[in-house]
Amino acid sequence: MDGPRENSIEAHGLVREFKKGPRAVDGIDLRVDPGEIYGFLGPNGAGKSTTVHMLTTLLPPTAGTATVAGYDVVKEGPQVRKAIGAALQEAALDPFLTGREHLRLQTTMHGITGEERSKRSDELLTRVGLTEAADRKVKGYSGGMKRRLDLALALVHRPRILFLDEPTTGLDVQSRTALWVEVGRLAKEEGVTVFLTTQYLEEADVLADRVGIIDHGRIVAEGTPEKLKADIACSTVEAVPATPDQRGAVASVLERFGEQTTGYGPGSVAVQLASANGNLAEIVRALDAEGVVLSQLQIHEPTLDDVFLAKTGRHLEGAGDEEEQDSEQDLEPARA
Amino acid sequence: MALAQTAALGKRAVVRTARQPANVVFPLIFPMLLLAVNAGGLRAETKLPGFPTTSFLAFALAVPFVQGALLATINANVEFARDIQTGFLNRLALTPVRGIVLLFGQLGGLITSAVVQAIFYLAVGLAFGVRLQSGIGGAAMLLLLETAIALAFASLGSWAALRTGSTEAVQGLFPVFFVFLFLSSMNIPRNLIEADWFRWVATVNPVSYLIEAVRALVITGWDWQTIGLGFGVAGALSIVGFALATHALWNRLERT
Amino acid sequence: MRDTLSVARGVSWRVLHIFFTNKAFLLPSIAFPLFFFTAFVGGLSRIRQVPGFDFPTGYTAFQFVFVLLQSAAFAGVFTGFGIARDFETGFMRRLMLAAPNRSGILLGYTFSALVRWATVATVVTVVALLAQMKIGGDGVDLFGLYALALFLNVAGALWATGVAMRLRSQQAAPVMQMPVFLLLFFAPVYVPLNLLQGWIHGVASVNPITALLEAGRGFISGRPELTLAAFAIAAGLILGFAAWAVRGLRRAEAAG
Repeated sequence: MDGPRENSIEAHGLVREFKKGPRAVDGIDLRVDPGEIYGFLGPNGAGKSTTVHMLTTLLPPTAGTATVAGYDVVKEGPQVRKAIGAALQEAALDPFLTGREHLRLQTTMHGITGEERSKRSDELLTRVGLTEAADRKVKGYSGGMKRRLDLALALVHRPRILFLDEPTTGLDVQSRTALWVEVGRLAKEEGVTVFLTTQYLEEADVLADRVGIIDHGRIVAEGTPEKLKADIACSTVEAVPATPDQRGAVASVLERFGEQTTGYGPGSVAVQLASANGNLAEIVRALDAEGVVLSQLQIHEPTLDDVFLAKTGRHLEGAGDEEEQDSEQDLEPARA
Repeated sequence: MALAQTAALGKRAVVRTARQPANVVFPLIFPMLLLAVNAGGLRAETKLPGFPTTSFLAFALAVPFVQGALLATINANVEFARDIQTGFLNRLALTPVRGIVLLFGQLGGLITSAVVQAIFYLAVGLAFGVRLQSGIGGAAMLLLLETAIALAFASLGSWAALRTGSTEAVQGLFPVFFVFLFLSSMNIPRNLIEADWFRWVATVNPVSYLIEAVRALVITGWDWQTIGLGFGVAGALSIVGFALATHALWNRLERT
Repeated sequence: MRDTLSVARGVSWRVLHIFFTNKAFLLPSIAFPLFFFTAFVGGLSRIRQVPGFDFPTGYTAFQFVFVLLQSAAFAGVFTGFGIARDFETGFMRRLMLAAPNRSGILLGYTFSALVRWATVATVVTVVALLAQMKIGGDGVDLFGLYALALFLNVAGALWATGVAMRLRSQQAAPVMQMPVFLLLFFAPVYVPLNLLQGWIHGVASVNPITALLEAGRGFISGRPELTLAAFAIAAGLILGFAAWAVRGLRRAEAAG
């Protein structure tokens, strides 16, 4: 018998290759500390879900090692499963069962029976706001309700580590915010370690204590959102000339302060400043000296997308479009 | 704990079937319609010398039991394949439940459905004047045999669901099962089949023995040889199916 | 008129292209009638020894007529499945938007049903001839037999089209299929009408398919009977189901 182990996640050189398929995960090293919310950010097809499948023991790694809650994911699968809860990318629910029946089934699978089962089910239904809908069949649930039920199911056995694979994809703003609040509460009040994959910059920024950015199966940057932004980083200045013919003049002035960048409004000129604390006053003076008239001047703080751009040369949005085959499609060739 | 888990999974399979009217009504009505059609259309067959009974309805009543088990298999395993497609199986795989329990639960639910259907077929047969030559004990034996038959088809169907993970592929089994059913002794005793090739096909077709075992309980009585052969064939198919399904489950659940 | 034909040509080209290039559609359409033919002829040929069974050209020809008519009706019904699938995938909306005259859509689907059945009928006929089926009728009789089947094919297609246009879901498949199945099997499938007894005789006597079946068997044996009645019934079915299909199309248009 061994004592309780810490709620951490560690991976070293984790690799997953698929037959006839890509190397979905290509040597990942990461550590998630107990009670931490770790955001795993990347475009579609980057390898996020494959990583989650390996860490949750659903898929054996081709190479490398990983421990979750102190247990080896390959050698100690059953112990890992007891320690973790997971809400995977598809909110896999049975449309013909009610929310309460799902909880009943899930608790039984975890060996929770009798009075404890009803108590735990009621408690979770209340927590995720599904008490009223508990006895309705899931096929009548909205996307947000399904996600909330999914979260409740992941929590029935009070896991120490929670994996959430793109939990807010397809949700409206209200449902997304409600889920963020609950995930934040779980980490802060209950000390649950959360491993959250997402393709939303805002989600990682708001929710995660630390972020790992993944692209083509590799982690390209890791750290707190603030640190990641500060590292690359440098604000962007965007100027809109009063008349289009002055665009060239504006560009030539701004290029003295940094490199021109894209992705801003039409007709505007934007440059990423060369130094972290670019001097706005100096820029204004230089523009004034050239006699340029502006209709708008803005300074943008760096975002995680800037970090992604800096590390991969692409914007996060749309980066996965050319490789629209995440986890499940990836898995199929291995089973063929 | 494994027993409670199996029961919970079996219950879920039954509840899911019960909540889809098409999955309840079709397996009850379709075999009865086919029985009505054949019992009416082939009644003249009882005039053939050597035909074992004067009631074609009693003769044909064995068919719904096998057909019902087939339909229950298709329905339940289409849902099983859907569980794989939607990720529901992954959800279950993430719990401490043992893989074999997942399979037992699925098979248990399916067998329950098949036995409930069998009770309905039996009731319809009795209501239309069929009397079991094996008596009340024969009815109990018939349900036991139905359990064995359902287990045989269920395990083969589960193998298909686990192997392919595709609802279409499992649905595609329906015609295959149908072929086995029609190329058996379902409509005529084997010794009265005139075409040599058809008699040979019916003789090597395991479905013939399942039908004949049920039929023996209805029209002959305690013909232990035929009944034993039925149980033996069902048992053999179950073992093969279960071994294949377990192997497919092992591959499907790549979990560590 | 030119618009209608142009739409019909486009629709039927697409349906037939899918049918002939996709073995998942092609093979079952051909295999099922063949299978029924084989199972009935092989398994039940001894029925011709039942006293009172006096069909002159043998049991193979007797069953061939049923299988030919069945394949015709079901080739029509399968067209309805395709329409339902097109509604579910949204392709029908594309067709509705593109077609200046939407009646052409109906015509196109119906024509494709006809070609599909012609393919199946060719294969079934070749197999029947290889099985040494005896034919008593002359060329005109055989023309009558195939014309009758063709009428049934069109009627079946129009019936299923009407259902598909109203329900616009693949779940409507049993609604398209089951009544046709019942009509076909509540006719004298295995033995002539005079050998049916009890309730099935009563049902078969008023079943319109019985006239078609008896007329078809009359053609193949060279002793035509009920010819006029059969063609009148077939024409009536076409007219009735054409109105049903057109009204279905209007319902689909209204539903948007």
